[in-house]
Amino acid sequence: MKKLNKLILIAIASILTISVNAQSVDEIIETYFENTGGAENWENVQGMKMNASINQMGMEIPIEMVQFKDKMYTKISVQGMEIKQGVFDGETLWSTNFMSMKAEKSDQEDVDNVRNELAEFPDPFLNYREKGFTAELMGTESIEGSDVFKIKLTKTPMVIDGEEIPNVSIYYFDSENYVPIMVHEEVMDGPGKGMIMESKMSDYQEVEGLYMPFSMTQGVKDQPGQPITISSIELNPTVDESEFEFPESTEEENN
Amino acid sequence: MLNKSTTILSGILLLCISLSSFSQEKKEIKLENYFGDLKAREIGPAVMSGRISDMENHPTDPMIIYAGSAGGGVWKSNDAGTTFYPIFDDHCQSIGALEIDPNDPDNTIYVGTGEPWPRNSVSTGDGIYKSTDGGNNWDKIGLENSERIANIIVNPENSNEVYVAVLGALWSDNKERGVYKSVDGGNTWENILYLNESTGCADLAMDPTNPNILYASMWEFRRTAWSFNSGGENSALYKSTDGGENWNKIHNGFPEGKLGRLAIGVSESNPSTLYTVIEAEKNEDKGLYRSVDGGKNWEQKNNDFGITVRPFYFSRIVVDPRDENTVVKAGLYGSISKDGGETFESLGNMHPDIHDMVFDINNSDVMYVGTDGGVYRSWNKGVTMEIVENLPLSQFYHISVDNEEPYNIYGGLQDNGSWYGPSFAAGGISAKNWNPVGQGDGFRVLRHPTKNIIYSEMQGAENVWRYDVDNNLVKTIQPLPVKGYEEYRFNWNAPIEISKNNPDRIYIGSQYLHKSDDMGNSWDIISPDLTTNDKSKQNQEDSGGLSMDNSGAENHTTIFTVTESPLNENIIWVGTDDGNVQVTSDGGKNWKNVIENIEGVPNNTWVYHIEASTQNENVAYAVFDGHTSGDMKAYAYKTSDLGKTWKNIIPNNDVTGFVRNIQVDYVNEDLLFLGTELGVYITINGGDNWSRFAKNVPPVAVHYMELQEKTNDLVMGTHGRGVIIIDDISPLREINDKSLDEKLYFFSKDEFTIQEYGGFSDSFGRETQFFGANSSLSCEIQYLLPKRHTFGKMTMEIQDMDGNKITTLTPGKSKGINTVSWGYNMRAPKIAKAKTLSFGGFTSPTVPAGKYKAVIKKGRDTFEKVINVSYKNNAGLSSEDRKFQFETVMKLFNMTEDLAYTVYTIDEIISSEEMSKKTKSKFDELKKKLVITTGDNYVGAAKKQLREKMADLYSKVASSYDIPSENELDNLKLIEKEMVSAKNSYNKLLKKVDLSKLNLKTYDEFVNE
Repeated sequence: MKKLNKLILIAIASILTISVNAQSVDEIIETYFENTGGAENWENVQGMKMNASINQMGMEIPIEMVQFKDKMYTKISVQGMEIKQGVFDGETLWSTNFMSMKAEKSDQEDVDNVRNELAEFPDPFLNYREKGFTAELMGTESIEGSDVFKIKLTKTPMVIDGEEIPNVSIYYFDSENYVPIMVHEEVMDGPGKGMIMESKMSDYQEVEGLYMPFSMTQGVKDQPGQPITISSIELNPTVDESEFEFPESTEEENN
Repeated sequence: MLNKSTTILSGILLLCISLSSFSQEKKEIKLENYFGDLKAREIGPAVMSGRISDMENHPTDPMIIYAGSAGGGVWKSNDAGTTFYPIFDDHCQSIGALEIDPNDPDNTIYVGTGEPWPRNSVSTGDGIYKSTDGGNNWDKIGLENSERIANIIVNPENSNEVYVAVLGALWSDNKERGVYKSVDGGNTWENILYLNESTGCADLAMDPTNPNILYASMWEFRRTAWSFNSGGENSALYKSTDGGENWNKIHNGFPEGKLGRLAIGVSESNPSTLYTVIEAEKNEDKGLYRSVDGGKNWEQKNNDFGITVRPFYFSRIVVDPRDENTVVKAGLYGSISKDGGETFESLGNMHPDIHDMVFDINNSDVMYVGTDGGVYRSWNKGVTMEIVENLPLSQFYHISVDNEEPYNIYGGLQDNGSWYGPSFAAGGISAKNWNPVGQGDGFRVLRHPTKNIIYSEMQGAENVWRYDVDNNLVKTIQPLPVKGYEEYRFNWNAPIEISKNNPDRIYIGSQYLHKSDDMGNSWDIISPDLTTNDKSKQNQEDSGGLSMDNSGAENHTTIFTVTESPLNENIIWVGTDDGNVQVTSDGGKNWKNVIENIEGVPNNTWVYHIEASTQNENVAYAVFDGHTSGDMKAYAYKTSDLGKTWKNIIPNNDVTGFVRNIQVDYVNEDLLFLGTELGVYITINGGDNWSRFAKNVPPVAVHYMELQEKTNDLVMGTHGRGVIIIDDISPLREINDKSLDEKLYFFSKDEFTIQEYGGFSDSFGRETQFFGANSSLSCEIQYLLPKRHTFGKMTMEIQDMDGNKITTLTPGKSKGINTVSWGYNMRAPKIAKAKTLSFGGFTSPTVPAGKYKAVIKKGRDTFEKVINVSYKNNAGLSSEDRKFQFETVMKLFNMTEDLAYTVYTIDEIISSEEMSKKTKSKFDELKKKLVITTGDNYVGAAKKQLREKMADLYSKVASSYDIPSENELDNLKLIEKEMVSAKNSYNKLLKKVDLSKLNLKTYDEFVNE
């Protein structure tokens, strides 16, 4: 009996090694798109609107996130007030100051980096080669008890303080479902420089034939993160252009 | 094609897996996959930091500095040493050398493990590592048996060419020593300078203008548990001019006789100027030597104390890259010469024991210095120094805990005295929370079980202090020699133990066991010499080799661990550093050495710790550490019959790193923890399988552990990363085949206490100081998932017992243990929309004590757990008080939501097309009294209106631990009156409008949206 066990274990081990070795990074990425609705369907996604919420000590804060290939915004509703953050209309990147409730612009470097980031939409792995990205399988690991493939994705370089620096994300693909369950990205500037930002994904659910994570937790690696629960996702939504525009004269309009 | 093959493959796989699960009777639980949310937190302290072994600059970016620590890993600074963060936490934490590839400095970094300053307590390394992405990911690239790496140099003209100085094993012979070279970026290694099994390369330098010119200092050295030897015929300084193919001794001008540890420093600005520090037979020959012709000839320049002191510990020389005559030498205080080594002065005040320093790459006035107390910065060439405050590298020899709430942690540190600090502090645990309770090196620090008295000691029990904290009285109580006994031999790290049966009783071990029943006022010796008393291991005055080094650190044939059974005061266990396990069952009248009954442990292996069971007086655990004779194996044994027979509890050799400590759970005796040289290991099946716990616990040397009885926290004293706590290990008691068989298993803990924690915290210094995380004050609901939840919906709610939702929570999805924190709060009230935020409205009411349900929906399944919430009640409120307070809070809560709905309706009316201008303006007038309609959230704030006044009172009452005061109730009446009058006006106005045209949300829809 014991001997049989051992033989089976060896057989499994050898198959596992074969399967791991046989997995090229492109096979993993292809399987990911295959399992989540098909690459051609992903290619049809031009925009996305997500309704989500975060919970802060009993306070549910609704968030609306809109992304297109060249524009985006995040709208936070607090006590009925809508506060926009990270709004980009293709030219100007702005956020609302929480004290004055007025819009404030970001610098050109941030604009350029955001423009590059949006060009990844809807998924950085979709046609990644055409985007000029490289993907590399770094090995296998265990994340939250799941076996994962660790994939290094090198994207369009970022520019920080005038210097071009590599833009690397490490994706952890669940080896059972072939979907990412975690992403690591190094903070490249500011006081948190060098820290690793961690996003965990779960609750993959269907949206018009595509599978997307409806639960995410974001934060700094090894520290408690902030969970975001997504209630609905709309593909290719119609959004008024004015939602992205920098409000030149907020004060006058409201008064 | 591709998919087909994958399917077939997974089909086979599936078959094999199902086959194997059929054929196996009992599943092996791979515990490391089930730790889930069980996490550790580092609490420092960073106040005294810890030993730094190597400092390194980035060659082109002056902001980037690296520090390699003796036992706490590699740290990187991006802000010129203002703050540091760790980049090597998944690997061996004892660091010997760092190297930044000068050709690719942003990405390629080498780390050589194993500290090269080999004091008695030094940790061990396990090879060389390389990162090609700036330190985010690391690969081990060889030299696994090197134990200690002193230097790494990458050829500045060719990244593939890497030279490594391997100092090698400290405690035994080994062949992996000398200079190694790789010509393929570290894939393969060739030993290019080797002398013998006891001589390693202590320092290596390359000519900055010619990478073929190398200098290597070879050092013959050996440490045993009882002695140290530095020096021999083989110690020498070598030079190669052909990239290491050929080596020649360069000793012209060197003293005669044996040499010890030599250092080498090459001037960058003039590479023919070299410095070495020589450890020689004669004291007058020791010191700094200089060559101005690339090593052909040497001349002695200096013989000061600062230059010759303890060569094995301090040997580094650093030459100012811009001035060949400015040279800095590591030492007790560190020394700097500005005249080519003729004279030296000490570096500015800082923690003693300086090991390494670097100059800023552009400005020689700026220096970074690594000491036994962390990293220091200097802006004036070492005249004044300032400490880096966020390096929690403290090196504990021992820790203990008390039973306060929150409990305190006590411990002693290498070269940094004895301290205690809390497990929880407002705003986080920082330097100011730690209190010193001893001097010198610190070891055992123990709190009296019932009195506010702390015992502490310094090395070799030279002083044992009894500190009456309340009265600030300190008394030394170490046992003194008395007639009829040999001179006492105390270990460097002498054991002190408090009885669990008699709070005033303490034990101290020399070679005898000393017992006091009056807190150390008087002592009885209750044993004969329990050691081997091997005289050949007692010649410490001869220790050191060429430089005498009798610090007491090598004292041997001593008692090292003492434990009295918590169940029977007559059963006492003693372990000695020379391999005896002694036990008495009659309070010390008769002793039995039971080491012969333990199979598999080599003779004279150090008995590091014995732990007596809290459940059965015949049960005890013993761990052995053979590393001081080069034996790195893990040894742990259990006896169930007072030492007659022993069971090996690491039968499957699945623990890497020798063992110093064991902790058994108080509830489940199959749950055990091992403190090893490379982190902490856990078993849930009595030792059949061990798993390393890696979440926030690097592979750091864990010297001592305690399990706090009230909180079930595993508290670890590490030798390099301070105190690390795994909060509440109780879920581990319940992981078994049965619980893992459930789709979702709630752990049994169901009693929770609202802490009502108040107080103030400041944030001064937080920008640059270390702050350790606190334990949670929330209700932590924990459950076990057999598999990670990745696909489908999973939600969680807290409900009252009738199933009404109290609040929503985000459930954890990990395989294994999941922890969801609930702050005992309901949802926050819906607040009326206005121009600005109402900060009072952010408060969520705390639920009243009672029973609640945690409800998890996962796919089609629903899982429920009933929990009971009670008050800690340090406020002393009656249940009537509580009821009244909650009713008042809810009255305000409901009034707030009523107002919110009213304002919502008004807004709808105002914005409606249907209404007349006149009606709208009347509603507008009313609204201005209800909510703020102008201003901002800061100093542009407008006058408070009803919403703000109401929310402020609501928040004040809801946040208070106390019943509402008369004043608060009067204020409530005022607000109620205003509300009633507002509602009256509102209702009057409403008569003029037809609400049915507006398609309004109902009240319930509105507040629950």
